[in-house]
Amino acid sequence: MTSEILTIKGVSKRFGGLRALDDVNLNVRQGSVHAIIGPNGAGKSTLLNCLVGRIIPDEGSVTFDGGSLLGHKPHQINQAGIARVFQTPEIFGELSVLENVMIPAFAKRDGAFRINAWRRARERGAVREEAEHILEDLNLSDQRDQIVNSMSRGDKRRLELAMCLVQHPKLLLLDEPTAGMSRADTNNTVDLLKKIAERGITKVIIEHDMHVVFSLAETVSVMAQGTVIAEGSPEEIKASAKVQEAYLGGAHL
Amino acid sequence: MSESVLNSDKAMGRSPAESHSPKGDGMRGFMSSSRSDYLLVAVFAAAILTMPIWLAPIGAGYPDILQKFAIFGIFALGFNILFGFSGYLSFGHAAFLGTGSYAAVWMFKLLSMNALIAVGFAIIVAGVFALLIGYVSLRRSGIYFSILTLAFAQMSYNLAYSVLTPITNGETGLQISRSDPRIIDNFFGADAHRLRVPDFFGIELQGWPGFYFCAVLLILAFFLTLRIRNSTFGLMLFAIKSNQNRMNYTGFSTRPYLLAAFVISGMYAGLAGGLLAVTDPLAGADRMQWTASGEVVLMTILGGVGTLLGPVIGAAVMKYLEQIFSSFNEGVLHRTFDFLTPELQDIMVTITSPFVGEGWQLTLGLMFMLVVIFLPGGIMEGIRRISRGLRRDRRDDAAPPAHAGH
Repeated sequence: MTSEILTIKGVSKRFGGLRALDDVNLNVRQGSVHAIIGPNGAGKSTLLNCLVGRIIPDEGSVTFDGGSLLGHKPHQINQAGIARVFQTPEIFGELSVLENVMIPAFAKRDGAFRINAWRRARERGAVREEAEHILEDLNLSDQRDQIVNSMSRGDKRRLELAMCLVQHPKLLLLDEPTAGMSRADTNNTVDLLKKIAERGITKVIIEHDMHVVFSLAETVSVMAQGTVIAEGSPEEIKASAKVQEAYLGGAHL
Repeated sequence: MSESVLNSDKAMGRSPAESHSPKGDGMRGFMSSSRSDYLLVAVFAAAILTMPIWLAPIGAGYPDILQKFAIFGIFALGFNILFGFSGYLSFGHAAFLGTGSYAAVWMFKLLSMNALIAVGFAIIVAGVFALLIGYVSLRRSGIYFSILTLAFAQMSYNLAYSVLTPITNGETGLQISRSDPRIIDNFFGADAHRLRVPDFFGIELQGWPGFYFCAVLLILAFFLTLRIRNSTFGLMLFAIKSNQNRMNYTGFSTRPYLLAAFVISGMYAGLAGGLLAVTDPLAGADRMQWTASGEVVLMTILGGVGTLLGPVIGAAVMKYLEQIFSSFNEGVLHRTFDFLTPELQDIMVTITSPFVGEGWQLTLGLMFMLVVIFLPGGIMEGIRRISRGLRRDRRDDAAPPAHAGH
């Protein structure tokens, strides 16, 4: 049996009268690709926000790599080995592509805070090499010196992925990596994600596109109304009546 | 290590991606080589040190005003490290300027008239003060941060007038006097009964030596700012300005970075305040007033926020205009318009007189509005536009046949 890298137990979160998360339990195996699907408002993004420290759950526990994540700040959680790709890319729009990738590499190397106010950033050879290497992998080398704001939407998403990968995270969280993409771009992204799956990084993917989910994920959890209603292999999920109901009929749970 | 750096530099120089990239230099010129940095500092130093010559034709070739250019240039350079690099707008930087002045005058009184000791102490005291204010103010961002810094500066201003009178000498201002202890000077047997001016190991810092003392410190401050901008630390500040959220999710604790930037810029302000005391050994609380804080904001925006040279240019332009317009009076205006008929002359003088003398800030306000509306990037953007236009003209001249068909 493979070990679990992420364990979510009994997590609940209320916003006023709304139960955004209601006793969520989820286990992610080391090295696996785990998809979370579900209708809008099911609580998928809220759950991701709990994992990166943006939201603190009211109840429950989140254990990552043997330690609790709760009560830690976003930068501490990243330093522990969790990187996140956002639904709308969170990148440094005014800086160049290379700088965008070097910054996370510095975070990995220098930690959360270190003053290095004298030496030129670009002369930090090792960091630069790492960054260039990742850009090469993601076909962004040609745009290395471009200002990020002038890139296409698809390229920005690829860049954000590069920014996460350069840190060699233990767990990569992807929030709808193909939302709003054309079929061709979606296929490219799937190929890319498959390629990086070979690196053995554990991934949690939130996705609406079933084609993407079923071609990438090993395990699928289905969320509805703030809780996990089903979990299993892609085939099991496809066949589940409960899931059909959640997506097609109004789920009454 | 140094060899591999050299190699990577050479590789970069050859890389086609760099030379063809549409916006190769980015917002910070991050990709500039270290050789071009040294060239920039050398040109800057030459320009500053020869100011007495090339500014003489516009009537600014005398030490009093050039000294002001240098001192407020340092102030604006430091302010820009916080505001221009990290995007945090402080409305209370005059507090550090005033603190620097008080600290320097105290050194003149207690230890020695040596300017180096005074300036060093001014930097340290302003840095400690900035650490305290920054620690509290940086708990908030955006407008709340600005308001907090403004509140702290106004508190300092009022304290200097009231509770802290033993340190600041209240409304009279802190001055040096013959009866001051000046321990170090007296130990070396200086004439204790003569009221001396600040010196630099025997050179009295009045007139031209005073200007050159400030100018050398401005050049050093400029070099340090350049290093900071190109360093990893500088990159982090620009990244915070660009997207603080991403910085947090990327594993950076942003507040220490901001606090460091705040303290560094406070120390620059302390240096400027110390130099004000060196050129005129007197410190008053009005140096800490919010108008002085606003002034450095205007200088930086006028010159170009986030650029390296902009704040220095903005400071000089503002101090120059202040000097020119505030010295105008009706007599000067009448002489300016004496080519007109007496009636027209009176009309012109009536129209223009509110904009000069006491009212020179009206002119400044108008100019500031024009710059912000038409050149949001300040004077530096104007320079960039002009040089880009010139370059395009030259290219068009060089290749006319290509366009001949149109």
